[in-house]
Amino acid sequence: MNPRGSVFSAAYALAFFTFLFGPLIIMVITAFNSSRFPRVTPWECFTTGWFNVLITNDRLMSGLLSSLFIGIGVIVVAVPVGLAGALALSELSARLRATLYTVLIVPILIPGVVLGISTIVFWGQIGRTLGGPAQAFFYNGYFLTIAGQVTFISAYAMLVFIARLQRFDATQTEAALDLGASPGQAFRKILLPFLAPAIGSAAFITLLASFENYNTTVFTILSGNTFTTALASKVRHGTDPSLSALAVIIISITLIGALTHEAYIRRKTLLDSGKAEQSAIFGNPVLRLLTHPGAVLALLLCIAGGLVWLGSKHDSSVCEAGILEEKRAIQRQLQEEQRSRIDAQKKAGGQTQTPAEGGAGNPSPFGGAFTGGLAPESAAPEPAAPSNPSPFGGAFNPGTLAPAPE
Amino acid sequence: MRNRTVLLDHVSIRFGDFTAVDNANLKIDSGEFFSFLGPSGCGKTTLLRCISGFSDPTEGKVLIGGKDMKGVGPNKRPTALIFQHLALFPLMSVAENIAFPLEVRGASKKDRRKRADELLDMIALPGIGDKKVSELSGGQKQRVAIARALAVEPDILLLDEPLSALDLKLRQHMRAELRAIQQRVGVTFIYITHDQGEALTMSDRVAVMNSGVIEQVGAPNVIYNAPRTAFVASFVGENNAISGKVAGQTEGMVTLNTPVGPVSGRAAGGRKYKPGEQCSLFIRPEQLTLTGEAGPNTISATLRSQAFEGASTHLLADCAGTRLRLSQINTGAAAAPLAPGAALTLAFAPEHATVLPAGPMASE
Ligand SMILES: Nc1ncnc2c1ncn2[C@@H]1O[C@H](COP(=O)(O)OP(=O)(O)OP(=O)(O)O)[C@@H](O)[C@H]1O
Ligand SMILES: [Mg+2]
Repeated sequence: MNPRGSVFSAAYALAFFTFLFGPLIIMVITAFNSSRFPRVTPWECFTTGWFNVLITNDRLMSGLLSSLFIGIGVIVVAVPVGLAGALALSELSARLRATLYTVLIVPILIPGVVLGISTIVFWGQIGRTLGGPAQAFFYNGYFLTIAGQVTFISAYAMLVFIARLQRFDATQTEAALDLGASPGQAFRKILLPFLAPAIGSAAFITLLASFENYNTTVFTILSGNTFTTALASKVRHGTDPSLSALAVIIISITLIGALTHEAYIRRKTLLDSGKAEQSAIFGNPVLRLLTHPGAVLALLLCIAGGLVWLGSKHDSSVCEAGILEEKRAIQRQLQEEQRSRIDAQKKAGGQTQTPAEGGAGNPSPFGGAFTGGLAPESAAPEPAAPSNPSPFGGAFNPGTLAPAPE
Repeated sequence: MRNRTVLLDHVSIRFGDFTAVDNANLKIDSGEFFSFLGPSGCGKTTLLRCISGFSDPTEGKVLIGGKDMKGVGPNKRPTALIFQHLALFPLMSVAENIAFPLEVRGASKKDRRKRADELLDMIALPGIGDKKVSELSGGQKQRVAIARALAVEPDILLLDEPLSALDLKLRQHMRAELRAIQQRVGVTFIYITHDQGEALTMSDRVAVMNSGVIEQVGAPNVIYNAPRTAFVASFVGENNAISGKVAGQTEGMVTLNTPVGPVSGRAAGGRKYKPGEQCSLFIRPEQLTLTGEAGPNTISATLRSQAFEGASTHLLADCAGTRLRLSQINTGAAAAPLAPGAALTLAFAPEHATVLPAGPMASE
């Protein structure tokens, strides 16, 4: 490759990764800045207080519990339903299969809003018809949300199973039957073990899809809240770095999971290759133990736990008080300057130039969000910023909260 | 001794309008090594799946050990099928694979392991029980599949081209191995192949199939020496076919008028031919000789090419558009090679040639 080409590809790669990870990195940094608005500059104080703000937010935490409950409910229903659908599709003739496939996939294409409203109407009708305790059961946020999400999430699970089933060699089942297995035994001993990894991925995808769903859930949860709906309403009422703290938690969990998975996969390929004994790492008993996925997970959890413990000990109140004092001083000074300027103008008796000159003292409706770098010179609007949230600021947050699951 | 016969009674299998197996009638004896031989797509697998219970015949009956198998599922039949690609279970160890038939019958873990080890000894692969299937060589997988099929002692073992995935060397070795296993366990083997060498060397009897029809059933030497149809004559072994019309018949000998001149041969099975009937005369390459002078049953041909192959030399000649192959045993004397285009006179004894009614032939 010529040098110009490699410079270009390096630059391209850099730009690409900046695009991918830049927002995440910024988000992580803002979680530790004591500024009441999520930003990197001006850096005020290193703080872990936003984590505290996050976990003491009752609405979010009870939403998290509901989300987990609903997620598990959706897994329990959607995975078997998806599996049954995929199995039915694999057994049918080609024409019937195309028809049934369309029917099963349609819920993915229908807007979530429509699904949410129709779920309420449908189960509400059934509940009213049955009356009594049935009504209370069917017209309940948890039940409705699970029912509404299952309608389309089971189709996701089905797609996962279809992909796996396409690689299944049907003669395996035939061989099992031929060797004397009943159809049930052939299913349990041959097909199910083959599908096991797909069941795992389907459960994971199902949980994620349920967790992050908003469009349907916002209707079906009725007066309750899931984590996502609670988060959305919080963002609508103004954002603060506790959301960045949440992002840090999610990113950490993802990283720990990904690294453990990687360790597991590497070990598996090494063992499958049959050359494990020769490898430098596997041959050494200490390294072999250290690279075991369990050991990797334990190590990462220890590091994370240690960091949490250290963070909980950190106290930034002194620094924050200092910053506050500084700001007050700057504000006093500005007021001072302004007063003396007004006095000077009065003395000069000239036309009023105040509006133009007084721009710095006149808080912008956009707060500090767009003036980050200039802030020290125009410190006056700053204290106003948190209480005067930017109408745009919140719009960027939901996206950054959901790191791509890889 | 157990009755391990298989009887096909007017079995036809159709897929819609398409007839995959047409009126098969056949009795396979206890302990016999029986092969179905035929080109790709002739219905061999379809017939085998019908015997093992994966499909029912559209017409007719399948009887195993004298019992009608209608409505008996594959897991209830005393048959075991070895699939074309073996269908070993990749998620189980070798021993678990072999003991699978015992597992589904509720045998204890200890008994299963014991039986698996016995069978591994039988297939001469002791001590590989804990390996994964993916760690085995092609020939080892082959033998493990046989062991698995024999784990619960079926009456009939069905094998669907089990050697087709192996290389030539291993295939030849496995042929001998299969034959030896069959003689040891005494199970009826029904073997499918499109490789005639395989069918002829291993089998007690062979059925030659073409487009769903069983053309001939017989011992390998009968199939080779006394084919009954033009298809069998052209499919089994190398053969030269010369087409023509019947000129006359005296006792067992038929004379044909052909583009290469009048030639005569045996009438297959003592059949009577009408004068003018469209027929083919088949003569094997090794029965054609080069001769000096013209006479009865000689053909004047032009040499197209020749290939020296050690023990013999193959010649390809041409006469009036009919291609003729010769195989000459090399005597050791360094004969001067013939130049392409040389004029040859070929001769053969009428009793070595077979006259059969015209019919479909195997494509080359
Ligand atoms: N399920 C089916 N539906 C329709 N046609 C079929 C079906 N199964 C087989 N056939 C047809 O029946 C014919 C015989 O197929 P079969 O698999 O028995 O061939 P085969 O002799 O085993 O060939 P090969 O040596 O290639 O395995 C083929 O023409 C095939 O297209
Ligand atoms: Mg076949």
